[in-house]
Amino acid sequence: MARKRAFDLRNQTGFATVAMFTFFMLYLPMAALVVYAFNAGNSMAIWEGVSLRWFYSAASNERVQDAALRSVIIAACAASVASIAATMAAIATTRTKPYPGLTFKYAFINQPLMVPEIVTAVALLIVFSRIKVWTGYSGIGYLIAAHSAFCIPFAYLPIRARLENMNLTLEQAAADLYATPWLVFRRITLPLLRPGIIAGFMLAFVISLDDVVITEFVKSGGQDTLPTYMLGQLRRATTPEVNAIATVFLLFSVLLVTAFFFINRRKA
Amino acid sequence: MTSAQDVAQQIERRDIRNRWLLSAPALVIIFLAAIGPLLVMVAYSFMVKGDYGDVRFGEFSLDGWFSVLFWRDIFDDTIGLADAHLSILWRSIRLSFITTALTLAFGFPTAYFIATRPPSTREVWVFLITIPFWTNLLIRTFAMQEVVRNEGILNSLMIWSGIVDQPVQIMYTDAAILFGMVYVYLPLMVLPLYASMEKLDFRLVEAGYDLYATRARVLWRIIIPLVRPGVIAGSILVFIPSLGAYVIPRVLGGGKNMMLGNLIELQFGAGRNWPLGAAMSITVMLIVMLALLVYVRNATRSGVQHG
Amino acid sequence: MKTALRMTTTAIALLALAGATHAEGVLNIYNWGDYTSPELIKKFEAANDVKVTITDYDSNDTALAKVRAGGHGFDIVVPSANYVPIWVKEGLLLESRPDQMENFKNVDPRWVDVPWDPGRHYSVPWQWGVTGIGVNSKVYGGDINTSAIFLDPPAELVGKINVAPEMNDVLFATIKYFGGEWCTGDRELLKKVRDKVVEAKTKWLAMDYSVTEKLPAGDYSAVYYWNGAIMRSRLANPDIKFGYPKEGYPIFMDSVAILKDAANVENAKLFMNFIMDPENAALISSFAKYANGIKGSEQFMPEDMKTAPELVVPAEFEKAGEFLKSCSPETVDLYSRIWTELQK
Repeated sequence: MARKRAFDLRNQTGFATVAMFTFFMLYLPMAALVVYAFNAGNSMAIWEGVSLRWFYSAASNERVQDAALRSVIIAACAASVASIAATMAAIATTRTKPYPGLTFKYAFINQPLMVPEIVTAVALLIVFSRIKVWTGYSGIGYLIAAHSAFCIPFAYLPIRARLENMNLTLEQAAADLYATPWLVFRRITLPLLRPGIIAGFMLAFVISLDDVVITEFVKSGGQDTLPTYMLGQLRRATTPEVNAIATVFLLFSVLLVTAFFFINRRKA
Repeated sequence: MTSAQDVAQQIERRDIRNRWLLSAPALVIIFLAAIGPLLVMVAYSFMVKGDYGDVRFGEFSLDGWFSVLFWRDIFDDTIGLADAHLSILWRSIRLSFITTALTLAFGFPTAYFIATRPPSTREVWVFLITIPFWTNLLIRTFAMQEVVRNEGILNSLMIWSGIVDQPVQIMYTDAAILFGMVYVYLPLMVLPLYASMEKLDFRLVEAGYDLYATRARVLWRIIIPLVRPGVIAGSILVFIPSLGAYVIPRVLGGGKNMMLGNLIELQFGAGRNWPLGAAMSITVMLIVMLALLVYVRNATRSGVQHG
Repeated sequence: MKTALRMTTTAIALLALAGATHAEGVLNIYNWGDYTSPELIKKFEAANDVKVTITDYDSNDTALAKVRAGGHGFDIVVPSANYVPIWVKEGLLLESRPDQMENFKNVDPRWVDVPWDPGRHYSVPWQWGVTGIGVNSKVYGGDINTSAIFLDPPAELVGKINVAPEMNDVLFATIKYFGGEWCTGDRELLKKVRDKVVEAKTKWLAMDYSVTEKLPAGDYSAVYYWNGAIMRSRLANPDIKFGYPKEGYPIFMDSVAILKDAANVENAKLFMNFIMDPENAALISSFAKYANGIKGSEQFMPEDMKTAPELVVPAEFEKAGEFLKSCSPETVDLYSRIWTELQK
């Protein structure tokens, strides 16, 4: 084999294999999920033939659609707020010599990570319900605020990790050439930081979509998200209807990725 | 004091002020929707528990804190160590630690693989990592069941390939919990790793090879030290949430053995002991925070030496 | 970043859309998940020109904590029997006098003078059921009308049992197994109870909620669980048999009540009256597969529910059933410590 001569420096033995295995394992349960969405039977575990009935059932179940849409809206808002706030905070807390309050900020920003969800949930219930009574507003804003807060550390850590690996040379050079700080940020810092922000946003989005406990305690009437709707079903039986919804979600995200891929290609 | 020093000090002061302003939005949001409410919980931990949940407002008591570590024996009223609490804590730490190690073992090569793809396709790979996570945690956990059940995919594969001839009971064991936690927390490891690897300067790797370093040495001496911030971020993001995991032990572990998250939940639920629940979680938070600060400080210091 | 901004704008636009639908009459129901028949709601909405929202909870304690905190926006809640007195005591329920409503005559007399709401001044029956034994008769053919199935399991069932992860249901059956009374504080007896559950747990496979899938699929061979779920399992797999523990088994009933700070009291009252109609009550039961407390609703139910062994309690076991009442705080404290020890 001509492996030795043609070898790519970037290859590490076996890494690609492990990566492929990881991807395989990531999608294996998804495959099971999609297959059972087409189950004719009532269960997620017993196969009774092919049918589209659960797709019809999901399409006519307004509560599920409502909940799914609400989940996505909350996740998009919370992840946006969180990744913007986290980017700013990350810039403020990296690439500097220690200054008073730095450690404090670090601990503060990571605090939502360290408390079990149920505690934050009960605490938020107590505080938010007082505010709801005072202001008379009981909309979706509380959920977005709560989600933004616990999403911030998830967005912050990858962005910060990225920043720590960037040196200040380019930015200093630009500043020396009389670029305004904003221009330096737009033209140099932000493009370099992009993978970190994307990673952070994605994490925040996913974390928000997953949240059950905090949402359960903060939601007001008619504000079920998909996870809290399903939590309610946990005691009884979950039907393949949720598989059908998940399948539609998957399809939607695959389309999104494909679109993203083609847009990127055109740019390149 | 010379004026040059004054100017330098002024610049530094302004820099610090700007840095506070920049971090203000994050700090304010977290204060309003996480830390502020938590202060209420701190207060609750010092109150008398209410008969049906909640607390008797304003009545001071240390019972909650006392019960974190000690409890009166149910049957003879002697005071002893609350060994149930301790063994649940230990179990949670052990499982979280293994989860972190496993996600690192799978996540590192995966992140490396993504970071070494051509730039235009990298973001697509990142998306591919996150797509399974767009379906929420509960559905994913149910999907995991299909893999680890006795008639599930994994057992069928093993029987088909002749590794075993009887299904292995994986469901409802610690192995199932680990399986689920690694699966669920994997992107929390891969994404920060990727974010810091993507920036890796491969000329250094090249230099290493030029100096006849083996692959293993290059990995150990060059790559890992350079992506250390990513490893730290990933480990934190995996370890801490798995410590408080609630849904996975409940569904995949069969709910027979609690983890910390379930124990605390019990206090706010059927156990109706909010002060104890509050005291427990503050204890956990303080332990984690302390460990985190020590860890980050050490990791950053040794990172400086390498870099 | 740009993507993030774009997503935010879209989301806000969607939000505005979602907020735009507002009907004249509104009713906000706060109920157990997957417990409310969509058909029933559609019928109610059409009959009264009211827009109903349903929000789920998954435990009595969550619901109680949320409503007590205030600002919740719900009109109707469906607490379990043992929780109703707590709700009343904490002043959370409206004394809506359903006993003076038109359809109250349909309520089965058995469910009128109930201990948790004598004379029904606050609540009307929603559904009731029992916690009992479900066994796969292919695996075990012996007597299944006993708690011994999960407390002293026969060899065939060891390692294949699932027990509902509910402190009250499990401790109730165990206390009764030793001849005690529910809510007892007798330490001698509780010590036996503790030792028994700790020992029995080593023979269980799981303490989980997913019975309707795993019992018919064969992952479990025996369960201690709610009758409605076991009935659903039997419909999927005829080998499943239901047993009433003769030592004693808990009965639960969830009742509909109006909250004191409800904004739509009139609609809520309409709803209460509406569900006491036999035809409507039958809709509730056909959906969730539990019995309701309304006379004459059977004739509107599907055939398989009228004769279901899970729903029709045989006369010999009727005495063994008992309501899970709410115990004193000291007793709850004892029980929850036994429960913690069990799960360490």
